[in-house]
Amino acid sequence: MELLTTNNVWMMICTALVFFMHLGFSFLEIGLTRQKNTINILFKNFFVITMGLLVYCGFGFNIMYPGEFGIIDGILGFAGPGLDPGVDYDQLSYADGGYTYWTDFLFQGMFAATAATIISGAVAERIKISAFMLIAFLYVSIVYPIVGSWQWGGGFFSDFISEDLGFYDFAGSTLVHSVGGWGALIVIYFLGARIGKFDSNGKPLAIPGSNIPLSAAGVLILWLGWFGFNGGSVLSADPALTSLTLVTTCLAAAAGGITAALTSKIAYNNLDLTMFMNGVLGGLVGITAGADQMLPMTAIIIGAIAGPIVVAGVAILDKCKLDDPVGAVPVHLFCGIWGTLAVGIFGNMAGFNQFMVQLACVGITGLFCIVFGTIITLFVRSIVGLRVDEKEEEQGLDNAEHGTKAYGDFSIN
Amino acid sequence: MKKIEAIIRKSMFTKVKDALLNVEVNFFTYWDVTGVGNEKQGQVYRGVTYSTSDIQRRYLSIVVSDEFVERTIKAILESAYSGEVGDGKIFVFPAEEAYRIRTKETGKKSLN
Repeated sequence: MELLTTNNVWMMICTALVFFMHLGFSFLEIGLTRQKNTINILFKNFFVITMGLLVYCGFGFNIMYPGEFGIIDGILGFAGPGLDPGVDYDQLSYADGGYTYWTDFLFQGMFAATAATIISGAVAERIKISAFMLIAFLYVSIVYPIVGSWQWGGGFFSDFISEDLGFYDFAGSTLVHSVGGWGALIVIYFLGARIGKFDSNGKPLAIPGSNIPLSAAGVLILWLGWFGFNGGSVLSADPALTSLTLVTTCLAAAAGGITAALTSKIAYNNLDLTMFMNGVLGGLVGITAGADQMLPMTAIIIGAIAGPIVVAGVAILDKCKLDDPVGAVPVHLFCGIWGTLAVGIFGNMAGFNQFMVQLACVGITGLFCIVFGTIITLFVRSIVGLRVDEKEEEQGLDNAEHGTKAYGDFSIN
Repeated sequence: MKKIEAIIRKSMFTKVKDALLNVEVNFFTYWDVTGVGNEKQGQVYRGVTYSTSDIQRRYLSIVVSDEFVERTIKAILESAYSGEVGDGKIFVFPAEEAYRIRTKETGKKSLN
């Protein structure tokens, strides 16, 4: 029982740290956008965490961890609505004594909300609040728990080729970050760019963020949150694994930040702090798939490659006329894919077969997210529309959608 | 009696203020302004280069009697000079009348 208590306390701390990441996301997004949309962004972040937890309690948790895949074998199962702790919820027999049922639910619930938050940053400053709420609700209800069940719920990803050769995604480079990233990409594709992001020739223009210090606080909070995101994904307080995971996580973050800043210096002759910060996040997302499988050196390499991916990703989105104000797609999708593939290249599991399994599962996840993301987005577009009108966008969503301003009479952009 | 208005760099303000005090101009008002001019500041945000035409400057308004006009202008011309584009401008206007509220004095007396 002492073991369970130790494990459970650690897992509850990690749950709280992942919860704290929502403040990080909020700060990051507010800082990289204009003041006239601040309330709108905070409203979305509050909606995501509140709705995410309720949906996860209502049915998400039981789709993601169905026990048995009763509807379609290995693909879709449902253990019934609501939470049911069963008889051994606080015994060593539950989850190998890693934590209790209640901690299990809350920890996973925080993850579910994270996936939807990734979308919120990318679509900022022009999406209708009603459209966002519907898309986030459907995405967290359908896409996130189903994809999650394929791996963490014991579905067909977990024994993709055989019992010994399955997909590996430690804390969710693919299952959380790429799933959110794909959703972000699909929605910004249909949504279109903000007014003023591209000129009439399609050349990208800068819409500088309104509060870089706040963004910096957000990124450091996210980094802190990742101690729980990855550290808790050990699913117990196993001393060796949790410590190693925190080391690899932090080293990858450090390497990603440095290489992103360097890449920006080389490519644009500019020491860009926002790229530095996105690089840190890219490194964190990149290590997430294999944080418990890497040595410090390989973690540094994975992070170091994630940095340039972020900088290049921002440029590629600009080239494709896709507008992602906070860099959610390069960070969560591109680095998520990289980190997942890296499990087959570096570390304990490296090997050609493992790499191919990683690649296949990244592809299947992408396909599923694209198909369902598109269906959801088009469905929402047909009922409420996606964008606010031009006048409302110029005026700012705070006024247009929420009837008030974040900074009273002090706002400047 | 003239009103002299000058747009100067914020960074030159202390120098200009001291130069004005040196020539015994010890009463004037100023405020911070934003304008558009020849100076362009190249900036880079997330890989996109852009230039801001919004230039931050300080605006001085000085009312002096006729014999002070020349030295006031000379003081500003010398103290606000850096030689780079964007040093600013000076405008001179006739001023009709001046009153000191406390004493009801007018004209030259009201200014010193």
